[in-house]
Amino acid sequence: MQQVVQPGMQPVATTFFFYFLSGLTLVSGVFVITRKNPVHSALALIFGLLAQAGLYLMLYAPFVAGVQIILYAGGIMVLFLFVIMLVNLERSRREEQFNNQWVIGLLAAVALGVLFVIVYVKGKALFPYRIAQPIENSNTQQIGVMLYGQYMFAFEIASLLLLVAIIGAVVMAKKRI
Amino acid sequence: MAPIGTLHYLVVAAALFILGVIGVLTRRNVVVILMSIELILNAVNLNLVAFSRLWGLHGQVFAIFVITDAAAEAAVGLGILIAFFRNKETVNVDEVDLLKW
Repeated sequence: MQQVVQPGMQPVATTFFFYFLSGLTLVSGVFVITRKNPVHSALALIFGLLAQAGLYLMLYAPFVAGVQIILYAGGIMVLFLFVIMLVNLERSRREEQFNNQWVIGLLAAVALGVLFVIVYVKGKALFPYRIAQPIENSNTQQIGVMLYGQYMFAFEIASLLLLVAIIGAVVMAKKRI
Repeated sequence: MAPIGTLHYLVVAAALFILGVIGVLTRRNVVVILMSIELILNAVNLNLVAFSRLWGLHGQVFAIFVITDAAAEAAVGLGILIAFFRNKETVNVDEVDLLKW
């Protein structure tokens, strides 16, 4: 397979970095759902998000990688950590962390896994090895043009959604309205 | 070793999605459940960005919208969690029974 890359931007050790970063993502995902202390879960999730930003960089998406680091690892996870520190979890840490739904969880996981395997085996022709010409230099510029041109209505709706979320969060968390 | 194609990323995203579903279904702590939802959204984002390498930048734009949604969802969900903790002094989902009759 011939990889199409621009001259001067030859990727280095793609295979190694892919397996390293995806392994880091999956291992931290396992830590997120198994740790007893939610702070450990949050730290594992931050590691996973950073590794996933690395995967985005390997997919020639530098803007999404930056947004992932700034917004997810920097913003949303700080929100999570704040709430973990706000609600006193000392008591719940001594309690049982898993409910007795593990049969349902296992069934759902197996069903989803079988579904994914069927889709990926049957639809292999839909996921070709063809790689579009990565336009890394102007990635951010092109995304900006698309956001403010073709997707402008969706962009405005998203800003409205954020406004509603801010007001909703304040109303929910306030003691008396 | 085979070169890394789109399918590799899709398999990683599928595994991440399944991890998130298991977390949502089996954990009791609301904070960890919200984090599992973030895992699911991240799996979707990885799919979108992996496909955007094949079919143009639309996937990346949509991934940014998904991140916006994740921020809104986390803010509202954690606000609800704080309100709930003020009432019941717990963060376990199976003790959320205020609407149960």
